[in-house]
Amino acid sequence: MSRETPISSRFRDLRESKKAGLLPFLTVGDPNLRFTEKAIRAMDRPGVIAIELGVPFSDPLADGPTIQLSSERALANGVSLRDTLNLVERVRPKISTPLVLMSYLNPIHRFGYDKFARRAASAGVDAVLPTDMPIEESASLRGSLKKHEVGVVFLAAPTTPVARIRKIAGLSTAFTYYVSLTGTTGARATLPAGLVDRLKKVRAVVQGPLAVGFGVSKGSHVRRLAPHCDAVVVGSAVVRTIDGEKNDSARLAALDRLLRDLIRPLRPGKG
Amino acid sequence: MKSGPDRAGYFGEFGGRFVPETVMPALLELERAYKQVIRDPEFRKQYEYYLSEYCGRPSPLYFAERMTADLGGARIYLKREDLNHTGAHKINNCIGQALLARKMGKKRIIAETGAGQHGVATATAAALFGQDCVVYMGVEDTVRQALNVFRMKMLGARVVPVDSGSKTLKDAINEAMRDWVTNIRTTHYLLGSVLGPHPYPVMVRDFQKIIGKEARRQVLSKEGKLPDLLIACVGGGSNAIGLFTAFLNDKKVDMVGVEAGGTGRKLGNHAARFSGGSLGVLQGTRTYVLHDRNGQIAPTHSVSAGLDYAAIGPEHSYLRSIDRVSYTSVGDKAALDAFYYLSRTEGIVPALESAHAIAYVRRVAPRMSRRQTIIVNLSGRGDKDVMAVAALDENGA
Repeated sequence: MSRETPISSRFRDLRESKKAGLLPFLTVGDPNLRFTEKAIRAMDRPGVIAIELGVPFSDPLADGPTIQLSSERALANGVSLRDTLNLVERVRPKISTPLVLMSYLNPIHRFGYDKFARRAASAGVDAVLPTDMPIEESASLRGSLKKHEVGVVFLAAPTTPVARIRKIAGLSTAFTYYVSLTGTTGARATLPAGLVDRLKKVRAVVQGPLAVGFGVSKGSHVRRLAPHCDAVVVGSAVVRTIDGEKNDSARLAALDRLLRDLIRPLRPGKG
Repeated sequence: MKSGPDRAGYFGEFGGRFVPETVMPALLELERAYKQVIRDPEFRKQYEYYLSEYCGRPSPLYFAERMTADLGGARIYLKREDLNHTGAHKINNCIGQALLARKMGKKRIIAETGAGQHGVATATAAALFGQDCVVYMGVEDTVRQALNVFRMKMLGARVVPVDSGSKTLKDAINEAMRDWVTNIRTTHYLLGSVLGPHPYPVMVRDFQKIIGKEARRQVLSKEGKLPDLLIACVGGGSNAIGLFTAFLNDKKVDMVGVEAGGTGRKLGNHAARFSGGSLGVLQGTRTYVLHDRNGQIAPTHSVSAGLDYAAIGPEHSYLRSIDRVSYTSVGDKAALDAFYYLSRTEGIVPALESAHAIAYVRRVAPRMSRRQTIIVNLSGRGDKDVMAVAALDENGA
C-alpha cells in the first residue's frame, strides 16, 4: 500500500476506534450541479467517512433503474466528467470529507488516463472507482493515478474467488469495495441472504479498509453490516430520497433525515 | 497472418475485458470452457452435425449472373447465408454457443438482439437443446422488427422490450448484462457478434469462420482461383469476420467492410464508427466507438437495425490498423435501392443489413475487369424487413 493519504488516515482512525463509517453515493448533476454541491456539503458530517460521486454515463450497465434514471437526468443537464472535476475543485476547500469518484471507464478513457489523473489530483479527488475496469485491465490507469497520488478502489463480488479477492485488495490503494450481491445497484427491502457470513470471510482476507455496498438502504441494514466492515455504501436510497422532493430545501431536509437514520447505528451507545 | 487475440484478449491494442467484477469470474470460466471445446473433436463433430443436418450447411456460393451482366464488371458471387435455417448467418454462432452452454451445465440462455435475427437464432437453438431463453430487445427495434418478435415468442422465448437509453441494440446489451450479473451462476449470455469482452470476439469468430472456409473451397472449385475482393456489411462485424478469416493469409484478396452511413455524416445520424468515431471502451471492449467529447456514447442511426450500433468488433479495428481490411460506408438510401435491386435482378430479397454490402458491390463492380471476381456475403434474407420497407415506401422515402 502506498503512503498515507487523507482517505487512508481516516480509515485508520475509524478502525482504531472500532467504528465503521457511512459512504453515501449521489449522482453528480441530478437534479442539477448546484444542488449536488449543497448535498455534498450536507453530507460533510461526522459519521460519513467519504462521499462517492457518480459520474453520469450513457450506458450504466452495472446500475439498476434508480441510478440509471438519475444518470439520464444528469446527462439531460449536459453534466460531464469535466463538470464533475470542476465541482470537486469548488467544493473541496469547503469540506473535510474525502471524495471518491465513481465512473464508468469511457469518460475517463476519452479524457486520457494521465490527464485525468493530474486533473483529479489538482481538483482534490481522493480516490477513483472505475466500475467496469477489472484488475486485469487496470495497469495503465493505476500507474497514472499513483503518479498523481490519487487512490484507486476495486470491486470484489460474491462470485470472486478468495485468491482473487486478495489480489484485488492488494491493488486497491484507498479501500476495497465488496459488492453484496450478484446483481445491479438498487435499494432492496432486505439484505441478501448470507451476506454477513460472506462478509466475515472477505474481512478475513482483506487487510486494508473494506467497504460494502449494493442493496443497502436502511439504518437496520447498516447496523447489521457495520461490525464486519469499515464503511457501508448507500447509493440508490440517497438518489431516490433526493429525487422524491420538489425543491432544494425539501431535498436537503429529506437527505438530512436519511443520513441521520443511516449514521445512528454507527455511533456507539446510540444503536 | 497471426489472427490473435493474445492471452488477455487483445487484437493489437483492441479488445480486452472491461466488465464489472461480478462478471469477470464467469468470463474466465467461459474462456476455459471454450478453449477446451474448440480443440475437442467430439464437440467439433456435434457442431458440424447440427450445422449440416439442422441448418442446411454448406450454404451455396451462387453466381449472380444477371447482376454481373447488368453491372458489366467483375464476376459476382453471393455467399448465401440467407438460406440457412432461420434466415441468416447468426445461427452458426448460436448452435456453437448453445452447445457450449449445455456442456457448461447452464440451462438458461439470454441474448440481446437488434434486427431480431440473433434473437430468433438464439430462441431456435434454445428450443433445439431444451434451454430456457430470454431475449432483450430495444423498444424501437421491437416495433421495426415486429415479425421477429412473434417468431421468438413462437419458439418459446420470452422477449423483454428495453425502454432505457436509445431503446436500440446497445440498450438491449446493457439490459442483458444486467440480467447476467444477476443470474450469473445459472445463465449463459449468448452474445451475437464479435463484440463484448474476451472471449466473445474470438469465440464468435471461431463459430462463424465456417462461412469463409466454405466460400474459399467453393470459389476455388468454380473459378479455379481465389477471388479479388470480399465484401460484407459490418454492424458488430460477425458475418464479415466469418467470411474474411479464411482468406486473411491470401495476400492478394482485398476485403472491404461496409458500415451503415445512415442519413448523413453528423454524429447521431449514422453508425460509421471508423469515419466518425475514435478509440473508446464500450460494453466490455476497447475499440472504435461513436461518442461525444465527454465520452458519452452517441446515438446512432441506420435504416437497418442490425447495423445500428455505436461500437465495432475489436478485431475489425485491428484489421484496419494493419491495413488488411478497408472500411467504407453506405447510406440508408443506397441500401434501400440495393434492397430492391437485388430483389428484382436476382429474385433474392436481402436483409437491409446485407443490402448495404450489395450497394457497395454496385459501386465497385463496374470499375473492375470481367476477369475479376467478388464474393459478397449475403448475410441474411429480407423477409423481416418487408413491412418496414413497405412503410418507408408509402411515406415516399
